[in-house]
Amino acid sequence: MKGNFIDNLPKVYGIYTGGFIGFIIIMAIAEQMGMTAKAIGIAFVAFTVFIYALIGWLSRTAQADAYYVAGRQVPTVFNGMATAADWMSGASFVAMAGGIYFKGYGYMALLVGWTGGYVLVASLLAPYLRKFGCYTVPDFIGTRYGGNLARFSAVVVLTVASFTYVTAQINATGTIASVALDIPFQYAVYVGLISILLCSMLGGMRGVTWTQVAQYIVLIIAYLLPVFWISNKMGAGFFPHFMLADEVARIGELEQQFGFVKNAAADLKSVPKGLAGITKAHSAVNATPWAFISLALAMMMGTASLPHVMMRYFTTPSVKAARKSVGWSLFFIFLLYSSAPMLATLSKLSLIDPNLPTGIIGKTFAEVEAIDWYQNWNQANLMFISDFNGNGTLELNEFFMGGKAVVLATPEIAGLPYVISGLVAAGGMAAAMSTADGLILAIANAISHDVYYKIIDPKAETAKRLLVARVLLVVIGFAGATIAAMEIQGILGSVIWAFDFAMSGLFFPLVLGVWWKRANRQGAIAGMLGGLVAGAWYLVWVRTGGSGFLGITQLTFGIFGSAVSLVLMVVVSLMTAEPDKATQKMVDDVRVPSGKSILGRSH
Amino acid sequence: MSNQQKHWEKTRGLLFITLAIWFVFSIGIFLFGAEMNEVKGPFGYPWTYWFTCQGSLGAFVILIFWFANRQEKIDEEFGFSEREDE
Repeated sequence: MKGNFIDNLPKVYGIYTGGFIGFIIIMAIAEQMGMTAKAIGIAFVAFTVFIYALIGWLSRTAQADAYYVAGRQVPTVFNGMATAADWMSGASFVAMAGGIYFKGYGYMALLVGWTGGYVLVASLLAPYLRKFGCYTVPDFIGTRYGGNLARFSAVVVLTVASFTYVTAQINATGTIASVALDIPFQYAVYVGLISILLCSMLGGMRGVTWTQVAQYIVLIIAYLLPVFWISNKMGAGFFPHFMLADEVARIGELEQQFGFVKNAAADLKSVPKGLAGITKAHSAVNATPWAFISLALAMMMGTASLPHVMMRYFTTPSVKAARKSVGWSLFFIFLLYSSAPMLATLSKLSLIDPNLPTGIIGKTFAEVEAIDWYQNWNQANLMFISDFNGNGTLELNEFFMGGKAVVLATPEIAGLPYVISGLVAAGGMAAAMSTADGLILAIANAISHDVYYKIIDPKAETAKRLLVARVLLVVIGFAGATIAAMEIQGILGSVIWAFDFAMSGLFFPLVLGVWWKRANRQGAIAGMLGGLVAGAWYLVWVRTGGSGFLGITQLTFGIFGSAVSLVLMVVVSLMTAEPDKATQKMVDDVRVPSGKSILGRSH
Repeated sequence: MSNQQKHWEKTRGLLFITLAIWFVFSIGIFLFGAEMNEVKGPFGYPWTYWFTCQGSLGAFVILIFWFANRQEKIDEEFGFSEREDE
């Protein structure tokens, strides 16, 4: 191929996409020829992980700016894809449609929150931080406010938020690897971790960037193909996004007909942990305005404070490109997020509508227990039925399912070939791996660049800095995997907490660093540490039986944390001296795209 | 007022407009979620349901591209856009 790698990107990824589709077709043919389901699952996961590892190896580098910011030459659209993969985690891929399936409108606040946050990223932060020329988010805080304490506080907030998040992602890679490869979860977690490290260790941000683009392509094909296929197969419409109104209305009708019968507590005891029944209306408004808005708001402000997302915009060639790239990121995210409610609708209708051949509500227990897919997913502990009222037929309130089953099991329920289930497993793996990579890199880079190089040993040579960065990457990865193997919390809960931690400590120090010249070091330190402590305190208080206030729950504690952070930051800043002239000049320079970046190209 | 101050004033103006539109689609409409859901909206979905699935999400995508273009124009107007070699 002529020209350099960057010029050839569309061609390279075009060939890659074609190759992947070819692989899917080969697997489909192999299935017809008698390849077992288990072998297909293993082939999908192993093949895609091998490709990512290959890209990671090809992207190896010994230069600081390639390792930390991919050489600042990632084109707008490709950075958009990489950000979308970075952003959409195992939770988005595996758990989101399930959440919508069970909780309806109240849960869809997450869809609005996880997209609306990008408006804040584009308008308040990304272009200015790109102009700043930093390697990491604490790099901005440390230079803008000055002093090691400010820098260190930012590293603390970043580590708390990202680490909470990353354990959930390693957990997700472990879950998928254990199902697809058929090995125990405790080992699968480490298989997942090694795959993750293969992508990031040699090439740092450069390796992560090009694997994330590859992972985006896999995950979006794996999500959209089944949605379109199922919709067509059910005769619901060839373009589900525009054509499911009747199906949504039909679900409403069935809900009315069946009613939401409340189960006795004693009956619910027999349901396996983690499974739930349908207890909320599908499309009706089932949450108060504040419950919806506070959750959306927390997720939006959290989005704008999460360092692994922000640092993706450090890799674009210019400030202008950083802004556009945020738009592309959200476009690529939109493709998946707007499909999740459609998948939830199709999945629910195919299970509960007695007029459909796949519907199980209203059938006898003996009939349901004889269905192949029911037996499989019941064995996998993701489906459960129990005849509470003893009438022999299955009622809506007697059917329980795990959240993951909506994405993982719907293709099988709808009668799609197993090759699709293998594809979905590869997609989930890609989603969880890409996010875990971004997060581990964010933590390791912050500690190696901001703590080791900037605070402990400013004279360290590049080779030594990058060695430290790589050692930290492995250490943090193993720490995350060890905690993930203990299975303390669910995937989704800990993801939401990560957003709350990030917004508690970082949102206002970042935003005011650009938009309020008067903000100074003392204010920023008070805002970061005060916000983080206040948020954490609120979480512990509510978790240990506290009543909370203003309807702020354990999922939205960041609203309290960030409010404390804002007040502290403004009050302390105003009580102490204003920043010196050099700092004010720096803020002025950050506000215009032209001119040299604040920090040198290699620093 | 210096060139840079004028540039910043316009940039801030654009920020306020952007945040106002953002507020409408992320918060404003959900204050009236229950009422709006009674009415049929695009493609036959109830309005509020459609906004949570597609409407608000799509509006954010368009808003960001619109914002990026406007900001580029402002930067050009005051001569602050980046040169290719920087």
